[in-house]
Amino acid sequence: MTALAPPAPRRSPSATASGGRSGSVAWMAVPALAMFVAFGVIPLLGVLALSFAEWDGIGQIRPAGFESWRAVLTDPGLPHALWVTFLVMALSWLVQTPLSLLIGVFLAGRQRYREILAVIYFVPLLLSSAAIAITYKALLDPNFGLGAGLGIPLLTQDWLGRDALALGTVIFVVSWQFIPFHSLIYQGGVRQIPGTLFEAAEIDGAGRVRQFFNITLPQLKYTIITSSTLMVVGSLTFFDLIFVLTAGGPGDATRVLALDMYKRGFQANLMGPASAIAVILVLVGLALALLLRRLGGRDGGASQLEGA
Amino acid sequence: MSTTLTRATAAAGHPRHVPQPNTARRTRRPNWPAGIASVFWLVIVVVPIYWILITSFKTQANYFSTNPFVPPTEPTLDNYRLVIENDFVGYFVNSVIVALGTVVPAVLFSFMAAYAIVRAGNRSWFLRGTNWLFLMGLAIPLQATIIPVYLIIIRLRMYDTLLAIILPSIAFAIPLSVLVLANFIRDVPKELFESMRMDGATEWGTLWHLAFPLTRPALVTVTIYNGLSVWNGFLLPLILTQNPDRRTLPLALWTFQGQFSINVPAVLASVVLTTLPILVLYALGRRQLLSGLTAGFGK
Repeated sequence: MTALAPPAPRRSPSATASGGRSGSVAWMAVPALAMFVAFGVIPLLGVLALSFAEWDGIGQIRPAGFESWRAVLTDPGLPHALWVTFLVMALSWLVQTPLSLLIGVFLAGRQRYREILAVIYFVPLLLSSAAIAITYKALLDPNFGLGAGLGIPLLTQDWLGRDALALGTVIFVVSWQFIPFHSLIYQGGVRQIPGTLFEAAEIDGAGRVRQFFNITLPQLKYTIITSSTLMVVGSLTFFDLIFVLTAGGPGDATRVLALDMYKRGFQANLMGPASAIAVILVLVGLALALLLRRLGGRDGGASQLEGA
Repeated sequence: MSTTLTRATAAAGHPRHVPQPNTARRTRRPNWPAGIASVFWLVIVVVPIYWILITSFKTQANYFSTNPFVPPTEPTLDNYRLVIENDFVGYFVNSVIVALGTVVPAVLFSFMAAYAIVRAGNRSWFLRGTNWLFLMGLAIPLQATIIPVYLIIIRLRMYDTLLAIILPSIAFAIPLSVLVLANFIRDVPKELFESMRMDGATEWGTLWHLAFPLTRPALVTVTIYNGLSVWNGFLLPLILTQNPDRRTLPLALWTFQGQFSINVPAVLASVVLTTLPILVLYALGRRQLLSGLTAGFGK
């Protein structure tokens, strides 16, 4: 993600010469740092510590060694939650990326009607996950929802009541919520491609499809990595949507890691094992972010940022 | 008509409009796959929104008896009245307090930190380390820290207060805000900083009189973006509060749905009401938000 590939600082000579002593500005970072340490870094270390403790959420916290880890790692619920998380991640990436790319390319045109389309596309992103989940719950209700109202048998399935269907529904609703956002990222990316590239290709007689695969896609490499990182890391945190939409069900069919953590911690009052799950969640997130950064290539930074 | 006009001007290719030549060429031939995908997704986006709107004005009897896409035969405001009578105003006020209480300090602190990192990040180990921490914070799903946050809030005796939601929300908002703001401050020409220094301005003065006005678009973007995620936040209120008087809108929405699940029109009216303030803000700050987001992430 952009975040992990910080722009190379532009070392113009005047920049280093100016500014005086660093001590005169460093204090300005203190309030942000203090807040982030107090409610970000310390909890991050705390979650590791709590994974070696026993706590019911109310009473005393007692050290428990590897107890929680043993419980979590031998629980068949963990591989299942990991698998469901992976499925949601991979499938929602597969659905969102091509559609966002196409829509982004389309929205990059500067016609007025495309601007209006962009306004409408963005609306789902304004709704809370809770609102979206509640809406789809009502909309997909087999007895009173859309399918029943229209009398279309194909739409009157028990969308949230059958394992595979529920998972598919979650992926669809996730896409509904986030495709607009990623389309906008791609729109911005496409608009930064120098027009001369397309002109040259046109003169060489390259058709639109070839232009797309030989110019647009390679030029969007970093945009694709940014968008994919946000999608993939973001998919680890689909808590509220799934919590309200399916609550992990039917059974455990949509019980992703984040939901698993919540249920163990705040419903079963097993904060130790829940913390162990949280640690796994953090490790998965970090590993994915680093992996995607790797994919970005070492030559990254400079060339991409020159135009920015 | 207006399309043709835009097209004509675009094709004429004003040399001064830098981004134009690229798009001018692209508009000549229709891009079928992208067009079809866009229209397809437009329908998918619009249908549920349309359905929410018309259904929220239907009576319950009307909802069960009519075609879901036909507007209500006898529109009613009863659903909205029911939602408002169920303490909507209180939840709304809570949400406003939490949103303002989070966004104002979060953006201010992030702006100061971003300024310091851009100005002296190369030279100060302290600022380099701070920057590194924030970047790590972006890669980590912060929801995973919720259990210790819960513990800290209990120990601070802040459980079941709005402050309990505000403090972690500020922390969660900081990494991305710093990144976006730093990217924008970096674009301020170094010569301007230099001349401020020559004039004897302090760093604090430069922050407010130079960096602040020049990064205003980014500040607006970051404010709206953070405001949106706090307004829609669910996990923190769910875990850190308990009393119905402390509920924020998304949580209220969820409990309301549990209570009135059969009364679909009323549930949808509550969806509309919780989203309305955001829609108004979106209408006002749309251009800013969209361009800011693409600039912030496109880099």
